[in-house]
Amino acid sequence: MDILGSILSRSCASTAVPRKGGHFVKIAVVSGILLSLASRALGQAPDLQSLDAATKAAQSAGDNAWMLASAALVLMMTGPGLALFYGGLVRKKNILATMMQSFVLMVVITVLWALVGYSLAFGEGTSFIGGFRYVFLHGVDTSPNADYAATIPQLTFMVYQLMFAIITPALITGAFAERMKFSAMLLFMTLWAVLVYFPMAHMVWGKGGLLNAFLGGKIPCFDFAGGTVVHITSGVSALVCALYLDKRLGYPTGMKPHSIVLSFIGACLLWVGWFGFNAGSALGASGLASSAFVATHFAAATAALGWMLAEWMKVGKPSVLGGISGSVAGLVAITPASGFVKPMPALLIGFFAGLFCYFMVTAVKKKFGYDDSLDAFGVHGAGGTLGAILTGIFATNVVNNALKDGSGNPLPLGLVDGNARQVLNQGIACVIAWALAIIGTLAILKICDLVIGLRVSPEQETEGLDLALHGEEGYILES
Amino acid sequence: MTKIEAIIQPSKLESLKGALAQLGVEGMTILEARGHGRQKGHTEVYRGREYQVDLIPKIKVEMVVPEERAEATIAAIVDSTSTGKIGDGKIFVSKIVEAIRIRNKERGVSAL
Repeated sequence: MDILGSILSRSCASTAVPRKGGHFVKIAVVSGILLSLASRALGQAPDLQSLDAATKAAQSAGDNAWMLASAALVLMMTGPGLALFYGGLVRKKNILATMMQSFVLMVVITVLWALVGYSLAFGEGTSFIGGFRYVFLHGVDTSPNADYAATIPQLTFMVYQLMFAIITPALITGAFAERMKFSAMLLFMTLWAVLVYFPMAHMVWGKGGLLNAFLGGKIPCFDFAGGTVVHITSGVSALVCALYLDKRLGYPTGMKPHSIVLSFIGACLLWVGWFGFNAGSALGASGLASSAFVATHFAAATAALGWMLAEWMKVGKPSVLGGISGSVAGLVAITPASGFVKPMPALLIGFFAGLFCYFMVTAVKKKFGYDDSLDAFGVHGAGGTLGAILTGIFATNVVNNALKDGSGNPLPLGLVDGNARQVLNQGIACVIAWALAIIGTLAILKICDLVIGLRVSPEQETEGLDLALHGEEGYILES
Repeated sequence: MTKIEAIIQPSKLESLKGALAQLGVEGMTILEARGHGRQKGHTEVYRGREYQVDLIPKIKVEMVVPEERAEATIAAIVDSTSTGKIGDGKIFVSKIVEAIRIRNKERGVSAL
């Protein structure tokens, strides 16, 4: 007792537990020891059960810690990651309005998701949209939802997915930067979330979704973290918006990015945040998360190299804007592939994405002359499509063995596993994403145009949206 | 009283200030400006789009000196800022009608 007492006092002292508390701890520990001795004497074995429970609890704690951190990282990607990345690319007079678009989505989508969004995306319903079982987050608590993530509270899963629902519409704002009415954008985004994002998320990730390879989809497609759900839908919708709203006044003269410094900071925040986006899609602190983390990082690196190389050869100087844009393109392309491919293919996917998106953003955009102001289509729409197809090629069950046949053997995933058909399925998923984005966005734009009107007046556009829409100036540098 | 406006290369400002201090010219106003004469600008490229930048950063120095000191001041400016290349800048000289010191309402050359 004395030895125990002195050990306890010393440990209590180091953790600043008051003496009185030390007595209670002593009693509890001694009782525990006596009880387990007694139960052993009685021939019971609660140790194995409690050991199993303790192990499971430890696994859940690890998974939940990583998932909550991942959710925070993904939110950071929107604010301030995307806000700064886009903000630096517009003219000084529009910096606040651009950042506000990202910020207000953090606010509005949260409420929408809490009320109906999570239910429509992840509740069981049809192949195309979920149902209402989780409306007002009914039934969503700390107990896991075994369909999606068996080791973490469903609250964690729900809030993690919320961060994706926030950043996806935020990406579209890059297409209509510097000319969209704030009120119209709010209405547009609400409708877009409901009519485009929730159905797409459900089809790919929801239980029973048409394209969900892991939960009973008729057309199994592999989209680990959102190449189709996030990048294709937002990128293609962005192109539709850019074409519908038409070019900025005076485009393309005088539209230089006012602060590549801000864009640089934003892009680096995006890169780091993307670890939450991709590695967090493993839904646990597992080896798969490590795999996705590495693939993500590798693709960002080679994509930046690819873009810089292309630019160096074409223009003669590698630019900072090119470097960071390249890395974002790689991150986009690896998004659907991140939890399915090995590191070397990740390097390759990134490099192709860097070259391809550079081509899309410079040559193709110039040829067709559309004003996709911040290249939401060139990077996300194009990069997402490329990544989704390449996933069909490079996905392997060596990395991800979640798909099994009746006897528990891992099924072949992509072309490298011998399943060439997967490339076709990936293509179908792309077509569906493109179609949903185009039709949905056109309809929504038409509605918003009729109800509110989409574009600011020429005077407001010339004055700058910060003053015209928000009554503020971004930089007041006089002392 | 003579007003001297000198548009110079920004990198020559310190040299100019040193020369004027040696001369005893104490008052001056310095503005950041953009402009060009015959000097060519440069090209910037952002995501494949080229932008020709013709307006080059310059520094404009303004000072008002007694008429008899004008030539010495001009010589000091030229000596301290000239490199012999296009882009060195220009000096403009004009007559000033009146000068007033705000602190004590003094007028004329003694206000300079």
